[in-house]
Amino acid sequence: MRRRRIHDKFIEILLVIATIAVLLPLIIIIFHVIVEGVSALNYEFFTEELGSPSRAIQGKPTGLVHTILGTIVVDMLALVIAVPVGIGAGMMLSEYPDHMLNPTLRIMNDTLNGMPAILKGLFAFVLIVKPMGTFSGLAGGVALSFVMLPIIARATESALLTIPWTIREAGLALGIPRWRVVISAVMPAAKTGLATGLLLAFARAAGEAAPLLFTSFGNNYLPDQWFGFIFNPVDTLPQRLYSLAISPYSEWHSMGWAAAIVLLVMVILAFVFARFVTRGKVQLK
Amino acid sequence: MEINIMKSKDLPEETLKTVHSNTENQKTVMKNRMETKNLTVKYGSIYGVKNISLPFQDKTVTALIGPSGCGKTTYLRALNRMHDLTREAKIEGEVLLDNKNIYDEDINPVTIRRKIGMVFQKPTPFPTMSIYDNVVAGLKLVGIRNRSLLDEVCEKALKQAALFDEVKDRLKTPAVSISGGQQQRLSIARALAVEPEVLLMDEPTSSLDPQATLRIEELIHVLKKDITIIIITHNMQQAARVSDKTAFFYVGDLIEAGDTNTIFTNPKEKQTEDYITGRFG
Amino acid sequence: MESDSAGGGAPTILNGRKPNILYLWLGDKIFTAVVVILGASIIMLALGMAWVLFDEGSLSLREYGFINFIKGKTWDPAVQLVFGAWPFIFGTVITSSMALLIAFFPALAVAIFSAEYAPPWLSGIIDNLVQLIAAIPSVVIGIWGIFVLAPWLRDTVYMPIYLWTELNQPGLLPILGNPIGYGMATATIVLALMIVPYTTALAKDAIKAVPKDQREASWALGSTRWEVIRMAVLPYARGGITAGAILSLGRAIGETMAVAMLIGNKNTLPFSIFGAGATMPSVIVNEFREAVESLHLSSLMAIGFVLFIIALIVNLTAAYINRKLSIGGGQIL
Repeated sequence: MRRRRIHDKFIEILLVIATIAVLLPLIIIIFHVIVEGVSALNYEFFTEELGSPSRAIQGKPTGLVHTILGTIVVDMLALVIAVPVGIGAGMMLSEYPDHMLNPTLRIMNDTLNGMPAILKGLFAFVLIVKPMGTFSGLAGGVALSFVMLPIIARATESALLTIPWTIREAGLALGIPRWRVVISAVMPAAKTGLATGLLLAFARAAGEAAPLLFTSFGNNYLPDQWFGFIFNPVDTLPQRLYSLAISPYSEWHSMGWAAAIVLLVMVILAFVFARFVTRGKVQLK
Repeated sequence: MEINIMKSKDLPEETLKTVHSNTENQKTVMKNRMETKNLTVKYGSIYGVKNISLPFQDKTVTALIGPSGCGKTTYLRALNRMHDLTREAKIEGEVLLDNKNIYDEDINPVTIRRKIGMVFQKPTPFPTMSIYDNVVAGLKLVGIRNRSLLDEVCEKALKQAALFDEVKDRLKTPAVSISGGQQQRLSIARALAVEPEVLLMDEPTSSLDPQATLRIEELIHVLKKDITIIIITHNMQQAARVSDKTAFFYVGDLIEAGDTNTIFTNPKEKQTEDYITGRFG
Repeated sequence: MESDSAGGGAPTILNGRKPNILYLWLGDKIFTAVVVILGASIIMLALGMAWVLFDEGSLSLREYGFINFIKGKTWDPAVQLVFGAWPFIFGTVITSSMALLIAFFPALAVAIFSAEYAPPWLSGIIDNLVQLIAAIPSVVIGIWGIFVLAPWLRDTVYMPIYLWTELNQPGLLPILGNPIGYGMATATIVLALMIVPYTTALAKDAIKAVPKDQREASWALGSTRWEVIRMAVLPYARGGITAGAILSLGRAIGETMAVAMLIGNKNTLPFSIFGAGATMPSVIVNEFREAVESLHLSSLMAIGFVLFIIALIVNLTAAYINRKLSIGGGQIL
């Protein structure tokens, strides 16, 4: 018995070491990004556009204001497309549980979710960039919406399914049509679950660079008009971060770290907020 | 409270007594409000209920009794097209409301459900809505927005459900904040607010304490002056107390139906007697 | 059914007021139609993606034939204009399977520790940390890899090994490759880091899903904690754990940016351990924006199509294993 107990203790220590060994490098990553990023951040980063490499090399003020604005536009476009479609598809799964298309929808949604994001970029390239003849913020938004869609659909389904079926029946028994029951009685009750799903989808998509490389492409300058963000090539944080990191200029490398911390903060905020929303739900119940 | 309601109805008390004591004689006078003819509900190849023909007279309470899984609920849900939600269930036969089959092509299930209300086993308040919004949900959510009308309906329905005095000062608080018994009466008030002609109740007191149960039984007595009630219950005493007619179901079949008095004192079928005397189920 | 007054004496407030047409027939019809169209659009999207990748890649696939395209060992967009996908398939398979091999047991250890050993507060911290790490964008890991990890690995790991081999086993040098820091080994290590959170989270879900009485039965026999885990928990969770590992493999296969930034990007076989290489996603990232020849573009699309097929197989396998082993293992209860 004693030997078995020592053996048990030994395993426990091994597990603790493994846990530390796994989590440590990942904490180091965050540490490095914060240290390097904070020291590279400055006022100009948020007010100036990037311009050509010579600007940075000559020490003129450069920044990524066009990238930050572009990211906001492209992410919002993605949300505008993905939210209604994703919620609709999720509703189909939860509110019409025996619709004949549902098994197919479930498989296809999981397939879409499991597909590498870069393929969604290629798809959006063929769908939007080719016919339009130019890279554009719109194409980037469409590509990112393909990343968000399956996540939102899944989250919507499971959020709506947490609402007891009897609530729907009670609504129908009052002679309220189905659509109104779903919108006014079921959806509000599931709103925290829906919000969590949206935030997680956003957090996932906002960090994706691969689908944006062939769609919104990138741009070193602010557009002349606001719609340039939608119909012309647009800079986004993940894609710009990639370009800066593989560029040969050390000035751009440090700007890359600054972009990394901004991107990381954005994604982690969405993520933490999603946790926060979920926690609030637990308290309500 | 009750006196109030009595006044608001113009049905004399004598009539009520007549209905109570003398149903047999009234039969010819009273028309069938609702009726099922050879109603069968199938789940795939499994029968929920088989060939049920049963009349429901206007302004009476009919109790459906029988052991668990005998098809009472399946049958009740067929009466306001609740099975529409699931593809699985197949309905055969007819459900007549005022001699018109509610499963006819030209009938809208939404309209039907406004005439045939339903109260469920467990309270089903809409979780995010206030007490007030819950009561008027059946009106507000179909586009009736006249504020004073809604106020009037809300008050009347809550009074009918004997809940008004308890909640009148906090109509704007969330419906989930009141007790289970109050929530069930709220569910009833909500069903009454759309002024149904028939009210289906699926074991409305099964999750309630005796006090709350009593209030709901009193409520049923009052309500039947205006509307036709069909109630499922597992409680024999309750069936005897509240109903004028009783139908006994057993494994998907209607074994016996008739006056509550007759069924309880002098049942024709052996199975009915066994069930009522508590030998099974 | 115009017998609203048939009820007789009941005083009504509503006087048979009816909902308007939008609430009667129309609303539900529109709602159903909209919802079904939106749902169907996801189906169309998934199918459309497969079709588009195939269609765009068909020029190349027709030129070489599907099998020969996969087997083709030469990818030369500059001089010969010959396109074979084998180097990238090879690079993807090697990097992601090695990454899973590295990541699997540590991830399982974290999952077991968090699920069975750690007190609730610590378990909560670990879980949140793991999920937070999973949320770090690939490009952020990539820039860290370029400027921190790769130089460090080169100086403290690759160089000593390389120098030792040079002295003792010079014959192995071609297999080892040039230790520049950016190459197959670095990409594999980063991939392993990136999939650890997924493997951990999925393994923990599987462990948590083991029914309580399974554990209790084993406890009752006087087993130690580890014995309970080994005899009662892990056998029941194996379906979920395996499926989770395969899903993580799928992640690694599709992982693009960090790999493209660290693998060194070399299109020609043979790849060496420390030397540069390429994967299917990385070659698409590197060449798609610059590709001008239609055969080159089409070949990249065809690689996308092959990647689609591989990802599909991996995901379906994970789903199948999850379902099959779960029921056999009693996880359903």
